[in-house]
Amino acid sequence: MEPVNAIELKGVTKRFGEVTANDNVNLTVRKGEILSILGENGSGKTTLMNMLSGIYFPDEGEIRVNGETVTIRSPKDSFALGIGMIHQHFKLIQILTAAENIILGLPGSGRLNMKQVEREIAELTARYGFDLNPAQKIYDMSVSQKQTVEIVKVLYRGADILILDEPTAVLTPQETEKLFAVLRNMREAGKSIIIITHKLNEVLELSDRVAVLRKGKYIDTVPTKEATVESLTEMMVGEKVTLDIHRTKPEGVKKRIEMRGITCRNKEGLKVLKEASFDAYSGEILGVAGISGSGQKELLESVAGLQPIESGEILYYPPEGATEKISGMKAEDIKKLGITLSFVPEDRLGMGLVGSMDLTDNMMIRSYKEGGKFFADRKKPKKLAEEIVSQLEVVTPGVDTPVSRLSGGNVQKILVGREIAGNPTVLMVAYPVRGLDINSSYTIYNLLNEQKKKGVAVICVGEDLDVLLALCDKILVLNSGRVAGIVDARSTTKEELGLMMTGDGEEKKADE
Amino acid sequence: MNLLLTFIQKAIGQGVAILFGATGEIVTEKSGNLNLGIPGIMYMGGIAGLMGAFFYENGTENPNGFVGFLIAIVCTLAASALGGLLYSFLTITLRANQNVVGLALTTFGVGFGNFFGGSISKLAGGVGQISVKTTAEAFRAQIPVLSEIPVVGDLLFSYGFLTYLSVVIALGMTYFLKRTRKGLNLRAIGEDPATADAAGINVSRYKYVATVTGAAIAGIGGLYFVMEYLGGTWSNNGFGDRGWLAIALVILALWNPANAIWGSFVFGGLYILYIYLPGLTRATQELCKMLPYVVTIVVLVITSKRNKQENQPPASLGEAYFREDR
Repeated sequence: MEPVNAIELKGVTKRFGEVTANDNVNLTVRKGEILSILGENGSGKTTLMNMLSGIYFPDEGEIRVNGETVTIRSPKDSFALGIGMIHQHFKLIQILTAAENIILGLPGSGRLNMKQVEREIAELTARYGFDLNPAQKIYDMSVSQKQTVEIVKVLYRGADILILDEPTAVLTPQETEKLFAVLRNMREAGKSIIIITHKLNEVLELSDRVAVLRKGKYIDTVPTKEATVESLTEMMVGEKVTLDIHRTKPEGVKKRIEMRGITCRNKEGLKVLKEASFDAYSGEILGVAGISGSGQKELLESVAGLQPIESGEILYYPPEGATEKISGMKAEDIKKLGITLSFVPEDRLGMGLVGSMDLTDNMMIRSYKEGGKFFADRKKPKKLAEEIVSQLEVVTPGVDTPVSRLSGGNVQKILVGREIAGNPTVLMVAYPVRGLDINSSYTIYNLLNEQKKKGVAVICVGEDLDVLLALCDKILVLNSGRVAGIVDARSTTKEELGLMMTGDGEEKKADE
Repeated sequence: MNLLLTFIQKAIGQGVAILFGATGEIVTEKSGNLNLGIPGIMYMGGIAGLMGAFFYENGTENPNGFVGFLIAIVCTLAASALGGLLYSFLTITLRANQNVVGLALTTFGVGFGNFFGGSISKLAGGVGQISVKTTAEAFRAQIPVLSEIPVVGDLLFSYGFLTYLSVVIALGMTYFLKRTRKGLNLRAIGEDPATADAAGINVSRYKYVATVTGAAIAGIGGLYFVMEYLGGTWSNNGFGDRGWLAIALVILALWNPANAIWGSFVFGGLYILYIYLPGLTRATQELCKMLPYVVTIVVLVITSKRNKQENQPPASLGEAYFREDR
């Protein structure tokens, strides 16, 4: 008799407006196995899992848990079925202990007996080999300890099917090993584990089977034993229509930015950029590729003066005049020296624009210091806002509308428009087309190309490799904070980039 | 010796009203609601209790102190809980700005108290003519035998029922917050309502209950002032800025009601210190009245220097929670 599957998805489809995030996906998870779900960013992995955890509701299709058709309407429903999801962003209360976080919201006797709860948790952690002190406060914990708390929380509540969304993205290699050991123990205990990732070496090391998604479509599930890095990359990337972006040959190329051996740490003290070096030239578009969280943000922010640098230096070669060392300067000082860096941060409404202010006011964020008069000049910013609206075809009731009321694509157009209006010599953009429909995306690509023709050094962090290949002149590949290489975008292939991005552990292990 | 004893007695007498207010505010703030309406709610609680007792005593031939006592307490709880409910509805359901609603409620509550205080003064025949003697006597009743012990009796047993109630409530609330499941849930909401929500806790219900309960507790502070401190009468704006002292005490107590007990007595002492210090002029008196606030600032400086996370205000304090907000 065939064993009952823990989870079966049949023809599941989920649409967000015109975007189909999951298209007719079929997937099975067996009992007591570790299944990896592999796919590029935006391939619909997380959306699919969110339907199991009750955050989204599928538009079409059927979900079966332990052989029975179920309807999951809320995280509570999902929980009742024994499905527990560990999100990338932890939901923990800082000032409470691990144990308090674990029992939060659970029914039980009114009086709290923390000693007993801690004993129960200690039993659970011992069984699976977790390393956790239940009485420790969350704010004293490292990222990996917090993750342990999240996993134990789910287990304590009786989950049999665990979904982990990119659990290793924030872990060191040693912590990853520890996590994998625990996950294997849980598999031995008969739990089913789904792990979402795009790190190929981890997939091969840990999982029993691999399911691949590409652009929302389910490709196939293969046993890990039969898979190789090359075969999985091909499944993940597939064949695709090439984008038609008019790429010109770089002209009047001159060095603008030189980064030498930059190392940065994040708040947790982990190295996020390791000895990164590159040159950016005027009249060229330098693409930055890498799995999300590989140091892209820090790379741009260290050039913009927003990121404290541990070691290394950044030099700026202005069109005229002497070379300036801009590393160690504050963003403000970099601007004062006449160096124009235009920066479109990843977090548009957080760092780029103020959601509750209207278009004109958002233009003024860049220009309010100009003029030196007591009263701010609103006329010029208003004119600029109107120009951007008409040139970039921004859909808005008017320039007096708060930015937060506009759609993502329009918000992005305003932000890029404003940054370009400052006539930068270096333009840095991060994920410029995230959340944009195809037409808006092309508008943005063309804008970047125009800047390149004007002799601006453009640095563009992207997630879609096809676009980077079609748009950029050179592509810098980041792999866990390290520059894995800088390749010519005209001659490289997606497979090569993918391999450089994920890489295998050899290089990493060498320097641990 | 005698002077010191009197000073301590008076300090505690001043502190009790502040303690009720602070305990109520702590419970409220633990749910993430910064209720700046507490000073107003204390006025509302005080006048409601007084009105209840006044109409009872004027409408009955032989008023019974115990009945008056109960009526006053019920009226106080109802009026102050209503204030808390109004605040909750505006800030939790309608997600109005907490500071604005709180300040408006305080302005309203003070006016409410003074208006009805004036009205019943008129009924009673003139300013200062209100008297609910029988009820006030009941509130001021001391513990029979114990209060007669010299010194110790004066120091520990010479107070009315509400003084002991304030300490019991403060200790009870500390126990509730630290040792019970519901207390844990409430603290979680004050820290991060989204996480609490994801853990299956009904955020709105907890916020409502905590805010209304907190307001009711604070209201008893107003009643204490009217009945035990003033002896059952009303003077316009008589309660003064004690409500704000209660909110300052929340900070001094580091959001722990048990700390608020000694804190309230310290505040009470500092509040009346100027009467007991010889040789103060009118100007130096006023400087002396600043002391409670100076102490609060010093404590704030020390605790923020130490930077211990548990001693910080609830992380989501002052923010409305809306599940679909990102």
